[in-house]
Amino acid sequence: MVAVQNNNIIETRNINFYYGDFKALTNVTMEFEQNKVTALIGPSGCGKSTLLRLLNRMNDLIDGTRVEGEVVFEDRNIYDPDVDPVEIRRRIGMVFQKPNPFPKSIFNNITYGPKLIGVKNKSELEALVEQSLNQASLWNEVKDILGQSAMMLSGGQQQRVCIARALAMKPDVLLMDEPTSALDPISTAKIEELIEELKKDYTIIIVTHNMQQAARISDYTGFFYLGKLIEYNLTEKLFTNPEVSQTEDYITGRFG
Amino acid sequence: MKWRYFKQNLFLGVVRLSALTIAISLGGFLFYIFVNGLGAISWEFLTLPPRDSMTKGGIMPAILGTIYLTSGAIIIALPLGVVSAVYLNEYAKQGPVVRIIRLGVNCLAGVPSIVFGLFGLGLFVVFLQFGSCILSGALTLGFLILPTIIGASEEALKSVPQTFREASLGLGISKWHTILRIVLPNALPGILTGSILGIGRAAGETAPIMFTASAFFTAKLPTSIFDEVMALPYHVYVLATAGTHIEETRQIQYGTVLVLVGLVLSIDLIAIVIRSYIRKKKRW
Amino acid sequence: MSRKLKEIIIKNIFFLFALISIFILGLIVVFLFREGLPIFKVVSVKDFIFGNEWYPTYNPPDFGIWPLIVGSIIVTLFASVIAVPLGVLSAIYISEIAPPLMKEILKPVIELLAGLPSVVLGFFGMVVLAPWLQETFDLPTGLNIVNVSIILAIMAVPTISSISEDALYSVPREFKEASYALGATRFETIAKVIVPAALSGISTAVILGMARAIGETMVVLMVAGGAAAIPESIFDSVRPMPASIAAEMGEAPFRSNHYHALFATGMVLFFITLFFNLIADYISTKFKEVGSGTL
Ligand SMILES: Nc1ncnc2c1ncn2[C@@H]1O[C@H](COP(=O)(O)OP(=O)(O)OP(=O)(O)O)[C@@H](O)[C@H]1O
Ligand SMILES: [Mg+2]
Repeated sequence: MVAVQNNNIIETRNINFYYGDFKALTNVTMEFEQNKVTALIGPSGCGKSTLLRLLNRMNDLIDGTRVEGEVVFEDRNIYDPDVDPVEIRRRIGMVFQKPNPFPKSIFNNITYGPKLIGVKNKSELEALVEQSLNQASLWNEVKDILGQSAMMLSGGQQQRVCIARALAMKPDVLLMDEPTSALDPISTAKIEELIEELKKDYTIIIVTHNMQQAARISDYTGFFYLGKLIEYNLTEKLFTNPEVSQTEDYITGRFG
Repeated sequence: MKWRYFKQNLFLGVVRLSALTIAISLGGFLFYIFVNGLGAISWEFLTLPPRDSMTKGGIMPAILGTIYLTSGAIIIALPLGVVSAVYLNEYAKQGPVVRIIRLGVNCLAGVPSIVFGLFGLGLFVVFLQFGSCILSGALTLGFLILPTIIGASEEALKSVPQTFREASLGLGISKWHTILRIVLPNALPGILTGSILGIGRAAGETAPIMFTASAFFTAKLPTSIFDEVMALPYHVYVLATAGTHIEETRQIQYGTVLVLVGLVLSIDLIAIVIRSYIRKKKRW
Repeated sequence: MSRKLKEIIIKNIFFLFALISIFILGLIVVFLFREGLPIFKVVSVKDFIFGNEWYPTYNPPDFGIWPLIVGSIIVTLFASVIAVPLGVLSAIYISEIAPPLMKEILKPVIELLAGLPSVVLGFFGMVVLAPWLQETFDLPTGLNIVNVSIILAIMAVPTISSISEDALYSVPREFKEASYALGATRFETIAKVIVPAALSGISTAVILGMARAIGETMVVLMVAGGAAAIPESIFDSVRPMPASIAAEMGEAPFRSNHYHALFATGMVLFFITLFFNLIADYISTKFKEVGSGTL
């Protein structure tokens, strides 16, 4: 079903996922190609966020969850008992649906992570802030107010601070869970542009409810329904000529 | 139809009256204490020790003793309480263990203060042979206010948005650092207000220190934590029930009560004001 | 791996500290027993609890705490009669009726009332209420059940009011709106929908308020009059358990039978309040699980 070459960075193999007794994902096998944007779409509650959070073990934080199967990142199952989830999350960063800056200055938001992994040198930190904010195309807007609280910024700017904050950890993969759903159209456009830019250096996996968005920015798209991966294909193919009728029904708006 | 509204009005009247009763009790009480106590308050009263078998002079040693005991109590209870709360709110998974710990906290909160006094006597004074002293009293009071601190800290930790934790953990920061750098700093104002309320509680308690720390009268000030001290609440009790000089020392009694009430209520008031300020200006 | 280990160690250290409350409860039991149990070599448990004579310093002494238990129960009941309506009704006022400004005033008032040191309230009962009662009703003493119940009620009201208010506040708005939409008056909505939905919380509040009253020491020590006998009228003096412990511990020779008997009284008091707290906890968790199915 999937036509990707073998430069995959992450793969899930026969994943089943449970919240207590509730099975949220059934037998999901999926490969994510390096330096591409992969979009996950599907109706509400189908398990998109669950899958995304599974990829950097954020689901560990919820009591009573259970995973079966493997998530392979760099030839290692990240659910092996000797794997440190903290390490995994450093390599696989995450941007959340609602912008969630810390109530700190912009500068300290971005240096929060690097400082904790031992970057102490002030000029190094300053360079990192500039670089990350540039990557998040926010530098010009905030370079004079780095000392101000990030909570004062607009929603779109906050979300870009969060992206810059994630980038400052120099991850390989960036997971984004509906990063624009809380934003206005202009901020959304900016972030979409940004994603286009970022895929040169990062692998991006993005959950979205907005099918135009998926079509615009992603290279591959996976369609989920009731915890199952129904179809996974090149975005162009999936949106113009889907193989499964359920997919067609969804993208043409016949259900959802 | 009329009857329905009559019932309603009657009910509203009764309900308002009960709220009014409470407000008036507090107001009247404070007014009474203030009017009667104010005459006793003077610089000498606050800074001199008692004289002539406590019928004259001031209450300085009692003020100082209360400050020592209360500071000791908070030094003991704050770290223990915050750490307990962090475990319950950040680390523990819901289950029987947490359930039992919470039950334990609730039950500890309900232990009568006189039982704390007996416990302090049995453990610190007798068994550990500290004797009746600041240390024994502070430990007893510290344990007494522990549930208050735990409760306030938990509430403060709960008010830190989950998204802050996720953001930090999502960056690959360890849980411990997340708690230390994100959760605790944001919970700190709430934790401190809770602790202030704990201080107020500790400052006003009498029964727990009767057998563990309080001296009827000591002219000398404590030089170490193994000395007995006077304390404001116990001083009120002693003067009010002393038997021989009750009428003579009325003025001093009212003065001491005013100082104690003023101390405790201003501590509480500070906490209440800070708390409502924090709640209003919360940015998330 | 080493970071994982560190995390596990930190977690376990926190866990150990979190056990402190249970540990202290355990210590309380141990030390009450250690100092209290020896009395039962002198007197049987039954005679201790149900014995009608409390003459610990006579020769031979009598260690029956029944009059003290009765004293505790009576003052708690009378205090509840005053405090429960006052506490619950004021909670209803604050949560459902008061305009915002009144709320802002009353909530701190209740909190400050809770913060009043008990010795100060006891003092007030002694110097103000007692003489007034004595004159008005022409009594031998104003230090009696009525006086102590009034003061204890003042102490229990904040507990009852604030916990009830939490319970009332957390009744979902939909309930209230549904009731108003059906044409119910405010009173009917409060009486038939809101209070029943909050009933478990209110019961918890009442029980905890009573526990507060039964364990209160300074007030009963200063205002109850101190007679260790079963009272015959509400103007009689009583000697509730905490008063007896506080008043006599200072004079009881170290590790004498009297000393042990006071610790044993503390045990009884401890277990009574523990029982109250367990019931309160049971009610609040049971109804939390079921939801407010009391409608
Ligand atoms: N913490 C949780 N505990 C129990 N069940 C959960 C939890 N989180 C999600 N679920 C359930 O798992 C299923 C998948 O949820 P998930 O959040 O992954 O959906 P989603 O596809 O991201 O939906 P949306 O588009 O609304 O964000 C849903 O049925 C949801 O109810
Ligand atoms: Mg989702």
